[in-house]
Amino acid sequence: MELLEVKNLKVSADGKEIVKGVTLSVQPGEVHVIMGQNGSGKSTLLNALAGHPKYKVEGEANFSGKSLLSMKPHERARAGLFLAFQSPNEVPGVTLFSFLRRAYVARFGREVSVAEFEKIMSEKMRLLGMEKSFAERGVNEGFSGGEKKRSEMLQLAVLEPKLAMLDELDSGLDVDALSKIADTIAKIRKSDTSLIIVTHYARILKGLKADRVHVMRDGKIIASGKGELAARLEEKGYSWIANAASDAE
Amino acid sequence: MDETVLKEYGRDALLRDAPTDDAALHVGHKAHHTGLTIDIVKEISEVKNEPDWMREHRLKSFKIFESKPLPAWGPDLSRLDFSAIVGFVRPKGKENIQPNKWDDVPDEIKNTFERLGIPEAERKFLAGASVQYDSEVLYKSLRKSMTELGVIFTDMDSAVREHPEIVKKYFMNKCVPASDNKFAALHGAFWSGGSFVYVPAGVKVPMPLQIYFMMNYPGFGQFEHTLIIAEEGAQVQYIEGCSAPHYTKDSMHAAVVEIFAHKNSRVRYTSIQNWSTNVYNLNTKRAVVYDDAVMEWVGGTLGSKTTMLYPCSMLMGRGARAEHLNIAVAGAGQVKDNGAKVFHMASDTSSKIVSKSICKEGGVVRYRGKLFVAKNALRVKSNVRCDTIIVDSKSKAETIPVMDVRGKDAVIGHEASVGRISEEQLFYLMSRGIDAEEALSLVVRGFIEPIVKELPLEYAVEMNRLIEMEMEGSVG
Repeated sequence: MELLEVKNLKVSADGKEIVKGVTLSVQPGEVHVIMGQNGSGKSTLLNALAGHPKYKVEGEANFSGKSLLSMKPHERARAGLFLAFQSPNEVPGVTLFSFLRRAYVARFGREVSVAEFEKIMSEKMRLLGMEKSFAERGVNEGFSGGEKKRSEMLQLAVLEPKLAMLDELDSGLDVDALSKIADTIAKIRKSDTSLIIVTHYARILKGLKADRVHVMRDGKIIASGKGELAARLEEKGYSWIANAASDAE
Repeated sequence: MDETVLKEYGRDALLRDAPTDDAALHVGHKAHHTGLTIDIVKEISEVKNEPDWMREHRLKSFKIFESKPLPAWGPDLSRLDFSAIVGFVRPKGKENIQPNKWDDVPDEIKNTFERLGIPEAERKFLAGASVQYDSEVLYKSLRKSMTELGVIFTDMDSAVREHPEIVKKYFMNKCVPASDNKFAALHGAFWSGGSFVYVPAGVKVPMPLQIYFMMNYPGFGQFEHTLIIAEEGAQVQYIEGCSAPHYTKDSMHAAVVEIFAHKNSRVRYTSIQNWSTNVYNLNTKRAVVYDDAVMEWVGGTLGSKTTMLYPCSMLMGRGARAEHLNIAVAGAGQVKDNGAKVFHMASDTSSKIVSKSICKEGGVVRYRGKLFVAKNALRVKSNVRCDTIIVDSKSKAETIPVMDVRGKDAVIGHEASVGRISEEQLFYLMSRGIDAEEALSLVVRGFIEPIVKELPLEYAVEMNRLIEMEMEGSVG
């Protein structure tokens, strides 16, 4: 069974349609990459799937066989959907540790003592090569761009989602940092965790083998293919795929 | 010290010269002292068997109360009914106190007790359904260990009888004279109860003194007077009130707190107020701080209908320091007009003010601050920070900071922020599995955390739980 099945999804904000009918199917453990220029609707698609309240969504989206669109954002998260934000909000005064402990309890539906959670955290943080003191800071409070990314990755590691959607993974990162993050994701990812990665660069894919690559343009997926599609895109640019797509029509 | 400035800008003017914003309020004279007569004042003094000087003080205060107008600024007090006050001054001893009937206590308050896990005996006390609080034993043992240190910790009425020389020296003269404002004058005439703390030179009191243990005398809560004196090099922490809701039928609460922090001493005064929402809470709290002494105010105002509270630090000695930390929450029907006042009267004095306010469901919260630096006070430093969260569009927040800086080289910082909790922020938390209500309370808890972390653990825990409860149903 598909983990995520999206059919003819349309997303609008303030009366303006941004995603104009996307169909997408993700199997457990698959890695999907969505590429496309700014404004093509990639981030909107992910945010709408996570349940951002500012979007009006039409069409169909099923997650583990349940209708996603009727679920509130926290219910989607508890069901195993995760969105790593491009620029996550600050929650001053709330430590990453206590925030994640609450999230953990919500995700897995069982209480966890501070001591028990400390164990879980220190294991994940070791895996990510993070200092323990990082978790004692306020959530994203005064974090650099890189620290915000690392914080999102820690959350991904702790919450063990079934599907992680990584929005604009490369924004604000240089090439080295980007490939490091990709390695990290490969390391923390459970074998059956599916990924949808939004990125401008295929470089990221070196550590993560993409099963499917999709190209979005003007709110639609105009091309889908295997990993080599990404390489060709990098080489020839978006206009190539746009022309190819319109030729096909 | 700048005597002229003090006179000009001094104690009597502390409230009067505060900024005027709202329409002036005048409680007409319809309810003028229906029951507040000079005979009652005399009776109180007689029943308490007070010395002449205290009796004189009461009578003098009463005259001032009669002659003073209500403040011509601040929140609307027009529904404050002075005639209701006298009914609750019962100077005839415990046996005449009529406790509230438990059945009359509003369900809302009972539910809160239940959810906070307040023990049965305390619930009855907090609801005014019992005049006795069974921690007297605890209080006695605490008092014994204090006595060994030479510390005096007793109720104010006993202090007048047992330590007249100290009380007479400090009581409502140098710090908060009856002439300060109408409510201070009212207090001066009708005060009863409260606590008295005297810490001798060099003594560091090892544990916080909590009035929680002392709420066992009649008439508590309406006009209590607190007097704290820390002699040279002494250190003391004092905690008043509790975060659990405190139900009272009294329509008004007019307490006075006077603190003297002598040279090199350190005093921390912590007060959590959660009166039921029928109460006008109009207090005058002030500290006189001498050379190199440190005064810290930590406060939380949760309950009451209308609160006017501006703890004041008079930094009289070189190197004196004040810190004011306050949390105010205003919900439906509540007005919180609060802030801080600091008077830098000497060189090298410094102050820090942090105010965190939350308003929701139509509540109004106003930060009203006053910062004064005397002309010959040099190298003064002050930093003011007030942050407000407005939970919904019905609620209102204002910041009215007044600064009068005459010292040439004072370094003053002021930062203010008024914000709504953003949809983006809540969505972020919800995308991690946290539901909307919990997300909101988490944001608010984070917001007040810099102040909550200064509270003793049990208060901090209770405060956080209360905030969570306050935030319930705040999500549309």
